[in-house]
Amino acid sequence: MKDNFSTSVIEVKNLTCGYADKVILQDVSFAVHAREMLFVIGGSGCGKSTLLRCLIGLLKPFQGDITYFGKSFIAADAAQRREILKTFGVLYQNNALWSSMTLAENISLPLEEHTSLSPADREEIIMIKLAEVDLAGSEELYPSELSGGMKKRAALARALALDPAIVFFDEPSTGLDPITSREMDRLILQVRDTLGTTMVIVSHQLSSIFRLADRVIMLDRDAKGIIAEGTPAELAATSTDPRVHDFLNQDEDIPKRTEKPANANHP
Amino acid sequence: MNTSPSLSELSSGLKSATIKLDPGATAGECVVKVGGDWRLSERVPSWNSVFGSHAAASVRVVPDDLGKWDTSLLLFLVHGRAWCLESKHDFNVESLPDNLQTLLRQVAKVDALEPAVKPAAQSKLALAQALAKKWAGLAKENTSFIGECTLGLISIIKNPRRFRWMDCVVEMQHCWSSSLPIVSLVSFLVGVILAFQAAIQLQQYGAAVFVADLVGLSVVREMGPMMAAVIMAGGIGAAFAAQLGNMKVDEEIDALETLGLSTVNFLALPRLLAITLMMPILALYANVLGILGGMFVSATMLNIPATAYWIETQNRVGFSDVTSGLVKSVFFGLFIGLAGCLRGMKCERSAAGVGEATTSAVVTGILLIVIGDAVFALIFNVLGI
Repeated sequence: MKDNFSTSVIEVKNLTCGYADKVILQDVSFAVHAREMLFVIGGSGCGKSTLLRCLIGLLKPFQGDITYFGKSFIAADAAQRREILKTFGVLYQNNALWSSMTLAENISLPLEEHTSLSPADREEIIMIKLAEVDLAGSEELYPSELSGGMKKRAALARALALDPAIVFFDEPSTGLDPITSREMDRLILQVRDTLGTTMVIVSHQLSSIFRLADRVIMLDRDAKGIIAEGTPAELAATSTDPRVHDFLNQDEDIPKRTEKPANANHP
Repeated sequence: MNTSPSLSELSSGLKSATIKLDPGATAGECVVKVGGDWRLSERVPSWNSVFGSHAAASVRVVPDDLGKWDTSLLLFLVHGRAWCLESKHDFNVESLPDNLQTLLRQVAKVDALEPAVKPAAQSKLALAQALAKKWAGLAKENTSFIGECTLGLISIIKNPRRFRWMDCVVEMQHCWSSSLPIVSLVSFLVGVILAFQAAIQLQQYGAAVFVADLVGLSVVREMGPMMAAVIMAGGIGAAFAAQLGNMKVDEEIDALETLGLSTVNFLALPRLLAITLMMPILALYANVLGILGGMFVSATMLNIPATAYWIETQNRVGFSDVTSGLVKSVFFGLFIGLAGCLRGMKCERSAAGVGEATTSAVVTGILLIVIGDAVFALIFNVLGI
């Protein structure tokens, strides 16, 4: 499987981006290969989310280029941009399910907009997509009627509606308990293995990083760019950069709790 | 034995905090013995009042039957350390409990930091520049939104099947159902108030029947469309801003954008069209209720029969009066919709942002209505309508 990684589906070249006058990332370049599970990691405020917003076209970079399958996303005209948007799905941190629509309508909208499927076909695809994320039979529920984990899965179903080649995840396990979070990881793996989707995941959940990542790139706030790149195990074991080492070996400097504090101040 | 403390135990049996000064064994050293229970809810002894002008080269704090303690003891020690630092005394806390020493070291870290630098006061010129930049940004935002709406409208006319008519109908229904009762009440009362005011003046000249003329004209030309619009700005304009603002906060608008959908076509235009179509209908309804209000006052207080009132109104209020009011109300609807949708879609990503967007939508909406009304008054005056 690793052999297929050679072709890159996304290429980021000398990207500089930020908000108003403030540069968050400077001169960042990297590539994402086909069928790869790439994690973008780093501490809070390092620019992970900013990078993601650039990649999915919600933020216009100051400089540089992003190409999807060799076509520039930045220089694209409206029609080309629409074509590129069709190639990826996004799972937002807050799920971003449209709250005024049922799950079926949520999944149906991308299909209505980008395909000419008949209503009957659409209905069947909705059923299949919901089954893929273990939500079969929830077509008529509204997002507010779902639990946190179910919302995440529903949002994944919507992101997968158009069978995109790439899926972006913004903190997929934020706000989930450890078991649901593990379940989500399993689902992500399953989607990658069954559909061969390339995945770019912004996360700082260590367990997910070690479970899923083929490769990680680590951003840093002060460096305003990538400070490390490689497989998580390799980086954790061999990186000499304290920022990388500390991030990936988080538990080391806190002593294990053995007993209650000796001078318990309160009864 | 595992006994969990009860709430009363937490506060009962506390001894009050004690501080004892002891000249100490070695010369020039002063031992401060802290004991008892230290509670923030009690009065915290101040270091200065205890230590006063005591002369000693070094200070050592030791526990003396120290019970429970909280931040009050820490505060006392922090003051003590500051006092010692200032008067160049040694400050020794090594015999205090470990956790207390840890806390004290944490606080020392804060002291070592540079005080937070406050931004220097901006000059008037820089302030003016920032303001100008903000206004320019706002103007650009508004213009581009209106431009996007126009382009969206053109695309709908070209390809009406792509428009979300169902959303538009739902919004129209919402406009109508949620504001009907309040529009009814307010318009009727406006008619009543106008009739009362007019009656007082006109009765003096024995011209009470002209109340019908006055109420009819003012309601149809001004008050009906205006009151309906103000109510809609407060209700529907605010609702638009809140809905769209919330969608922005929850990334729902981002999700539409990454789907390649035009958020203006998808979210703003159905709402804009709904309120623009509903506004004249509501204004017409408000006109009828306003005239009924006047009729009610005339019939009950002025002894003018309803039929006479109605005939007088018919004679005076012409077709052009009614249409001029309704034409205005179409624009009022457009203003309310634009203000609501724009403010909602440009909302900041926070709960406070949604609140601000809502307020701003109502204020902008009402402002536009009043300015628009003044402009129309001028235009109609010139045209002689």
